[in-house]
Amino acid sequence: MHLAEKRPALLRELVSHLREHREQLREEWARRITDAHLLSEMTQEEVFSEATAVYDNYVEVLETGIVEALQAYARDLSERIIPRGIETHEVIGIVLLLRDVLARSLFKKYQHDFDLFNRVLDAYEPAANRIANTVAVSFVRERERIIRQQQEAIRELSTPVLPVRERLLILPISGVIDSQRARQLTEKLLNGIRDHRAKVVVMDVTGVPTIDATVANHLVQAVEASRLMGASVILTGLSSASAQTLVTLGVDLSKMHSVGDLQSGIEEAELLLRRKAPAQEAPAT
Amino acid sequence: MPVPILKQRDYLIASVQAALSDADLTDLRDNLSNQVGRFRSRGVIIDVTVLDVIDSFATRTLRSVAHMLKLRGAETVIVGIQPDVAFAMVQLGLTLEGVGTELDLEEGLAHLDRVMKLRGANGV
Repeated sequence: MHLAEKRPALLRELVSHLREHREQLREEWARRITDAHLLSEMTQEEVFSEATAVYDNYVEVLETGIVEALQAYARDLSERIIPRGIETHEVIGIVLLLRDVLARSLFKKYQHDFDLFNRVLDAYEPAANRIANTVAVSFVRERERIIRQQQEAIRELSTPVLPVRERLLILPISGVIDSQRARQLTEKLLNGIRDHRAKVVVMDVTGVPTIDATVANHLVQAVEASRLMGASVILTGLSSASAQTLVTLGVDLSKMHSVGDLQSGIEEAELLLRRKAPAQEAPAT
Repeated sequence: MPVPILKQRDYLIASVQAALSDADLTDLRDNLSNQVGRFRSRGVIIDVTVLDVIDSFATRTLRSVAHMLKLRGAETVIVGIQPDVAFAMVQLGLTLEGVGTELDLEEGLAHLDRVMKLRGANGV
């Protein structure tokens, strides 16, 4: 929708007024931003520079009615300021401040003709609202995108697969395991077995606070899938609380080879590896 | 399309080349049974690296192959089950219980060698 189609003459007048008073209004706006303690993460120069860009984009949208350029700018701005800790309320705040600065300027100009002022506002308001909306939505969308990215990164980091010795992998698991994480875990485990040609995996759950029936079943599945790929899994670090829960729930852990702690687990793993060593290897003397 | 079966020492190696129909699976079972008898093989490796699906029929057939061949004196090892295939199988409760499984051909041969050694030690 091209807003410029509505009341074109008034809008043009409005736009030229805003361009004429660009320096003064921009400065006033920057000052009000600082007074409101917004964008405190940024230096004065940065605030002014962004203010200039936003102002010009703002007037551009008023003039052409096309928001795409503003959307692109808002996305770009969000990408830059979000890592610096700038919050949503600050971004919405500064846009509303600009809206206010410009509205007051229009009032000053048209105050002697109330009827005309009303018509100017009719032209200004919808455009101003659309702009505020566009900027806020772009910012929030960018934040959500970054949060999703970070969640992915955290998931990746929290499930390392460590090749410790030849044919031996250690999978230290910490934090809460939900179904999705359990699935990712199993994926990493199985891919790790293939990539490192592991014969034994020590899965350490010391860092997992609670293991309920659902999680236990996921772990059992992981163990069975590992067996299909020729690898044995040794579970270590099961807390007594978790062990109690599992026994009470009657979870079938007969398929699980469980050992007290990580060290015992590794020793057990080495025993297993020696037993599984190729038949033609000469015995160590 | 029949699964090619190669002889290597005392062992037979069946390399699955493409997705197997139910008929292919039963053919494989019969062929292996015949060849084990013919060559008096002591071990069989079925390489399923290529398969991206192993369903319940395939699982049941592979298990019955292993049991049949055992009755004819041969140990069976399934090799090459891929990560996502293994995952799908356990989710459906298909476990190939009672059948040896190894990562790949090399491991499969090592597995058979170990078993033969044990058999030799036990005078089987």
